[in-house]
Amino acid sequence: MTNHSSFPRRREPRFLLGWVPACAGMTICLLLASPTFADSDLPAARWANQQLPDARQEAQAKALMEELRCLVCQGQSIADSDAELAGDMRALVRQRIAAGERPEQVRSWLIERYGNWVSYRPPVEPVTWPLWLAPILLLLAGGWLLRKRLVRRRG
Amino acid sequence: MIAEAGLAALWLAAALSALQLALAFGLGGEQGRSLPTIRSVALAQGLLTLLAFGALIAVFLNSDMSVLLVAENSHSEKPWLYKFAGAWGNHEGSMLLWVAVLALSGAVVALFEHRLDERTLGATLGAQAALALGFFAFLLFASNPFERLDPAPLDGRGLNPLLQDPGLAFHPPTLYLGYVGLSVAFSLAVGGLVRGNFGPAIARAMRPWVLAAWVLLTLGITAGSYWAYYELGWGGWWFWDPVENASLMPWLAATALLHSVNVLAARGGLRAWTMMLALIAFSMSMVGTFLVRSGILTSVHSFAVDPTRGTFILALLAIYIGGALTLFAFRIAHVKEGSPFEVVSREGGLVANNLILSVILGVVFVGTLYPLLAEALSGEKLSVGPPYFDSVASPMALVLAVLMMIAPQLKWRRDAAPILPRVAPGLLVAVAVLIASVILAPNIGMLPRFGLAIGAGLLPASLLPLFGRSLKRTPLAIWGMAIAHLGVAVAILGMASDSAFTEERLAAARPGETISIGPWLVEFRNVMPVAGPNWTALEAELRASKGSGALVLNPQSRFFPSPPTTTNEAAIDTSWNGQLYAVLGERDEQGRWQLRLWWKPFVTLIWLGGILIALGGALALVGRMVRERRQRIRGEEAFL
Repeated sequence: MTNHSSFPRRREPRFLLGWVPACAGMTICLLLASPTFADSDLPAARWANQQLPDARQEAQAKALMEELRCLVCQGQSIADSDAELAGDMRALVRQRIAAGERPEQVRSWLIERYGNWVSYRPPVEPVTWPLWLAPILLLLAGGWLLRKRLVRRRG
Repeated sequence: MIAEAGLAALWLAAALSALQLALAFGLGGEQGRSLPTIRSVALAQGLLTLLAFGALIAVFLNSDMSVLLVAENSHSEKPWLYKFAGAWGNHEGSMLLWVAVLALSGAVVALFEHRLDERTLGATLGAQAALALGFFAFLLFASNPFERLDPAPLDGRGLNPLLQDPGLAFHPPTLYLGYVGLSVAFSLAVGGLVRGNFGPAIARAMRPWVLAAWVLLTLGITAGSYWAYYELGWGGWWFWDPVENASLMPWLAATALLHSVNVLAARGGLRAWTMMLALIAFSMSMVGTFLVRSGILTSVHSFAVDPTRGTFILALLAIYIGGALTLFAFRIAHVKEGSPFEVVSREGGLVANNLILSVILGVVFVGTLYPLLAEALSGEKLSVGPPYFDSVASPMALVLAVLMMIAPQLKWRRDAAPILPRVAPGLLVAVAVLIASVILAPNIGMLPRFGLAIGAGLLPASLLPLFGRSLKRTPLAIWGMAIAHLGVAVAILGMASDSAFTEERLAAARPGETISIGPWLVEFRNVMPVAGPNWTALEAELRASKGSGALVLNPQSRFFPSPPTTTNEAAIDTSWNGQLYAVLGERDEQGRWQLRLWWKPFVTLIWLGGILIALGGALALVGRMVRERRQRIRGEEAFL
């Protein structure tokens, strides 16, 4: 395994579509990503598997990590993954939180790079309105059906 | 040879299912007499499918590498248990298992179902044959498990070592038995709708299947959750992953169905709704299979890479679900509702239960499929994960738990007496725990806090239906209900305690260092190489001490050569008040080892609750069957 910091820098969100089928060949993925996009500003992923000394910051980082998708895994958050990329993303989250950023700022930064795919919390946008309205609509529909029935019973 | 025999048995079984369907159509006329024929056809079909499945297991146990499926998924050096389980640890084999269970369920209905009139039973067996026929076609035309490979390779390509686990060997069959057990409820509903029979007899015929399927689904989901917990090595037990949701959806529908089927069996009410739920429950099983088997979950695009299988299952889904719902729409007008009831009554409570469960089911369904829809419509990939489901489904589940404190105390039809005294014990405990948690643990989240309070309140409330009865003469079904509801309380407490009180330590440690977590002091002693049958590993020795007692934990980092894979084997110590969970990670340049430690107070209650729920279901099942048998014998005596 390479020890380069393998945090890829690409603005194009389409890029991610290539990642998904590459799950199995994660190693290849990382080999491809690391030499080209190695980020010299970032120190080695020290915070990938170490907690922040400040308990409150660590709790914030942990809560955010649980809501971020490991981009090379199948349905795992970066808080639950052994993948190297997940470690790099954990390190990034902890560094930014330690530097005083709010969790939502870190999330938006990641979404700007990788698209909404990276966040398990769907945004509230026109495209997700039906998703967020679904529970209310379903409850109303169920209640309406019941009301009809109960009214008929009384009659 | 064995492979060809298996394939021949499969073709014959498929032909018999076509014959069974044709005979059932004939039965709609005046020749009601062919029911014995249908019965024997269904039995032969079930046995032939079992034979085909046996043939698949045989080629796996023999490591017959000239069979493509064995060459791709097995290896001659694998322990025999995993060769055996490897038969269903792949797409083709799991679909054969699915069809085998479907055909065998049909055979059991044909042999043992005596409550229904001949015509309804004939239509039911016809529906079961129609289901089987589609899945036989899928196997034979798109997923032949017995395909040969020429020339045969020297050895196979192994099986994912993550799947080499005794728990996982029996997890899929348990879930499949549950999924497919619901097919009988589906077929009975179709039979009832075709014949215009919506009475309590259908519900009584349906009930044991729903209960049995539900018990197996509960066990399967519980075991799968524990497997993910100890195998993935990060201490999580539920991820709202689409594959998990695929098993949760049929469970939710089956939970609603087993409550409404009781109303129909006991009071003759909720007829249309029960039929609808029976159709939906198995539809959810098929949707789940489609989601998992088509590869569509990874991405809409991965579906397009190999569309044959996905399109095939999608077509089957459209035919079965669309056909059943169309039939329902045409026949619904003929359903006469049974005896009326008031809002405040046992039926009212069960209707509320069904409403909430259905809304949760709808939310899980929409949340699971929405990313696919959004991607197809707008091209944007988005993720719907724990934050969505936790904020939407979990509060509704807690409302349902509050309802569980009240509804079992209500009388059938109408309940005019004051309710508060009957439900006071549970509510008082809940309020007391809520206040205590605010004082003692002010920093925990809303959801775990209410989880603790409602779970604690439900503990006594779930047992109240047993109170004041002669415990020996209480029917087993009532015991079953009380124990299943108690299991829900226990599971909620475990979930809430885990999210509220878990402690985590991630450390980079050298041998000799000590880490403190929760009540424990953990000394990292050393790391040694060890070897197993088909793996080598690095094993850490951790000495955990608490007060006077001490114990040793040995987490491993395992390497499997074929195919090359590394896995983490967590070491877990269970004590009465929680689990200490340890994982060994990699070594860094400075020679320090990554250690991950968690102290999870009362986390075991989650799976203990799951087991109690399943046990309650099993008791209810046995109770119902014994009682019906007794009634039948008594009925026969009266006839003499």
